Amino acid sequence: MSNLALFPVVIPLIFAAILMLFPKKLHMQRIVAIAGVVATLASALVLFSKVNSDGVQAVTLGSWPAPFGISMVSDMFSVLLVLSSTIVTLFVLFYSIPTIGVKREQSFYYPAVLFLMTGVNGAFTTGDIFNLFVFIEVLLMASYALIVHGGEKPQLRESIKYLLVNIISSALFVSAVAYLYSVTGTLNMADLAVKIPQIEAVGILTVIAVLFLVVFGFKAAIFPLYFWLPGSYFAPPMAILALFGALLTKVGVYAIMRTYTLFFTMNTGFTHELLAIIAILTILAGCVGALAYFDVKKIIIYNIIIAVGVILFGISQMNAAGVEGSIFYLIHDMLIKAALFLLVGILTVIFGTSDLRKMGGLIKSYPFFGWTFLVAAFGLAGIPPLSGFPGKLLIVQGGFEGTHFWGSLVILATSLLVLLSVVRIFIYAFWGEPVKIVTIDRKHYLSMFVPTAILVALTVFLGAGAELFMPFISDAGEVLLNPSLYIDAVLKE
Amino acid sequence: MEIVMSVAIGLLFMAAVYLMLSKSLIRIIIGTGLLSHGAHLLLLTMGGLGGTAPPVVADGVTVSDYADPLPQALILTAIVISFAVTSFFLVLAYRAYQELGTDNMELLRGTEDYE
Repeated sequence: MSNLALFPVVIPLIFAAILMLFPKKLHMQRIVAIAGVVATLASALVLFSKVNSDGVQAVTLGSWPAPFGISMVSDMFSVLLVLSSTIVTLFVLFYSIPTIGVKREQSFYYPAVLFLMTGVNGAFTTGDIFNLFVFIEVLLMASYALIVHGGEKPQLRESIKYLLVNIISSALFVSAVAYLYSVTGTLNMADLAVKIPQIEAVGILTVIAVLFLVVFGFKAAIFPLYFWLPGSYFAPPMAILALFGALLTKVGVYAIMRTYTLFFTMNTGFTHELLAIIAILTILAGCVGALAYFDVKKIIIYNIIIAVGVILFGISQMNAAGVEGSIFYLIHDMLIKAALFLLVGILTVIFGTSDLRKMGGLIKSYPFFGWTFLVAAFGLAGIPPLSGFPGKLLIVQGGFEGTHFWGSLVILATSLLVLLSVVRIFIYAFWGEPVKIVTIDRKHYLSMFVPTAILVALTVFLGAGAELFMPFISDAGEVLLNPSLYIDAVLKE
Repeated sequence: MEIVMSVAIGLLFMAAVYLMLSKSLIRIIIGTGLLSHGAHLLLLTMGGLGGTAPPVVADGVTVSDYADPLPQALILTAIVISFAVTSFFLVLAYRAYQELGTDNMELLRGTEDYE
């Protein structure tokens, strides 16, 4: 047993605590924050190689034997997510230095980002359902601070709603945990996976499973619980939005994927059928939004919802292709959403507005930026060989192998709508008559563009080198499809 | 006892929902407080209220006498979290009232900066 699984959670926590000591020292803030994320990335890489060579890593806090102590479990799936969330945070940090503004930087912006990272990595790593609640609260607390950070009027207005929605979903979470505890008598995920199949009252467990779907659905923004997302995500600055879009909803998606593969498998005929239907409705609702708006931020925000639907459809199939596709698409989506938000952020800086109809003709002055945007847009829609393709291909294949071929057809059809929604940004902003743009100096532009371009390059690498990553993905899918691997690693420790 | 607790929890949830549906921000915050109280009591009740001895090894006490210690540990955590969130919400509400000049949720709809 090694404590390695804890490092990606503890390192950002320590660095965030250190950063709170000297909020006004700008350069120190930047350097220490980036050092913290780099250290986390390094520890995540070490953990990744350890998981890759030795299999699932489990730590029980205070050396209490599982299921009595709180387990932290790092399997391939969770370590891949920890790795990609850390990479995303690193590039968002680089992007925030030129864009977020000195005033925000000096009022605990970086500590909040690192606390967010603590919560996200913790939620991905934990092996205890109540501990998952605690880590989700940690990341929510940081996200409350970030969403209202700066205190502009729209931010204050929207964060009240964001806070209220999350408080309600937290109360439901506590209630759902209470029901689960009263039925099973345990909260350790591995132990739950052992105990739930032995319980004969499938009906009450199905109710609990659906209640958990509602709870995590609030975080993941599934249909019809996504109503809070477009408004709330619209308010904060672009760097924070990129962080939220790439990480927060994905924690909800992860929680659904984990619980619905590990232990809520007693009545798949109902729960997973429901999940598939909701996933498809989520995709359709997201498409309507993505096509309806002329605001670049809104278009990408609705694309978050579409991606959530695609991922959940893959997991609802419960076969190798579907699950692996979901994992691949989840990782792809974290990277590509962050990249797209950052690209759109540069676009709004250049034009001084986020309204598409006031943009035009940028390809003449910023050709390289334009082509980078097009690559990212194609990647989002899943044009081969970019990174959206392998994940979507597997998910669609999973749907055809399972019973939901109609879902696969919807995903294929909506891919075109996704493509249309982002290419529309390209057409409006880069083609047509040039409009008056804000002159920004070259150095400032490059400091925004370089981290973004590297992130886009990473997604291209993820797509073109999919063959390279597939062994890890199928490793991760293996643990999800065979809960016994997970259970043995935790309980036999 | 469990029945009485269930009724109390139900009443708390009912009051919370009623308060959260009102327009005034401060009522909504009180509603969220009641909601989390209800959830915490639910957690306690769901662990079972039986047990006559504290969960400590002692002479003449068997495992079946123990009160379940876990829900109490869970509630303690949940209370701290809801305390922190409520205080944050209160500060946010006050700040929003200062900036926006209203605490009426009808006026906080916010659709003017996009279509």
